[in-house]
Amino acid sequence: MWLFLVTEVMFFGGMLAAYMLYRIWYPVAWADGSNELNIVMGGVNTAVLIFSSLTMAMAVRSAQTGRRNATMIFLVLTMLLGLTFLVIKFFEYKEKFELNHVPGPNFRFEGPEAPHVQIFFSVYFALTGVHALHMVIGFTLLSVILWMTYKNRFSPEWYTPIELAGLYWHFVDIVWIFLFPLLYLVDRSHHIV
Amino acid sequence: MSGHISPKSTYYAVFGALMVGTALTVAAAFVDFPFQMNFPIAMAIAVTKATLVILFFMHVKYGSKLTKLIVGTAFFFLGILLTLTFSDYLSRGWFTAPGGSTSPGSILSLTGPPAAGRPELQGGQGEGQNTSPK
Repeated sequence: MWLFLVTEVMFFGGMLAAYMLYRIWYPVAWADGSNELNIVMGGVNTAVLIFSSLTMAMAVRSAQTGRRNATMIFLVLTMLLGLTFLVIKFFEYKEKFELNHVPGPNFRFEGPEAPHVQIFFSVYFALTGVHALHMVIGFTLLSVILWMTYKNRFSPEWYTPIELAGLYWHFVDIVWIFLFPLLYLVDRSHHIV
Repeated sequence: MSGHISPKSTYYAVFGALMVGTALTVAAAFVDFPFQMNFPIAMAIAVTKATLVILFFMHVKYGSKLTKLIVGTAFFFLGILLTLTFSDYLSRGWFTAPGGSTSPGSILSLTGPPAAGRPELQGGQGEGQNTSPK
């Protein structure tokens, strides 16, 4: 699992390199684009994900101590929080579509930096989209784990699948910890009206 | 597989620290730090949060040396990826920019020109690009 996560670090690392490069080329566009993002939704989602990491860690701990019911409750909580994240993300995307901030023929943005702001939104959708995909995969993993827990497959001696699903979940949380300031918090101090 | 069982209080403490970190990073984003320090500060907070998650939630602190080696490898190679890429891109304008390394066009910045410099941009070269693409 850790080896797989190493490949995941490089996967997101490549996209972050692209992000950094364009940010250095078009700093003003990056600030303009970033300030269009909904900081409340992004912030709440950060808190939701961190909370889901806590419940995930507690699920693993319950498995370690052999408390099956607690494991299942924490797994369900984790999945619900993951779902909350995705629902909030959905409304964020919806807002982008309504504002025509989705890159493509219908992209609309006022100002001289518009073409570069479009690049910012491309990077935004690529990074958050791939992250959301990871959330969906994580959610699927957790449903399998929940089913296996229900079927009494685990014991304090052997709970490896829960532990590994947890590692994956925490990894996705870490990615968001970086995406949040990188996407939502660029140059906010110059845009206070 | 019977790993280390952390006390609940550890998890709660880490959770609390992560929440404080999130609040800090939002607050810091609205402060105009000198010397373009906003980006390093935001990244320092993010790295700290990620480290907490890796050490405690992901149990690397209690993991085997092999696990630690693999985790270290991931960030070592991430470091190579970013360092080599940006040592190239950031240094490209240093010697080739007209007017030498101190000309305005050659200075790369993460945050862009300050608020005062923005109106100039709007009236200048960007004209005509802002109409909607076909």
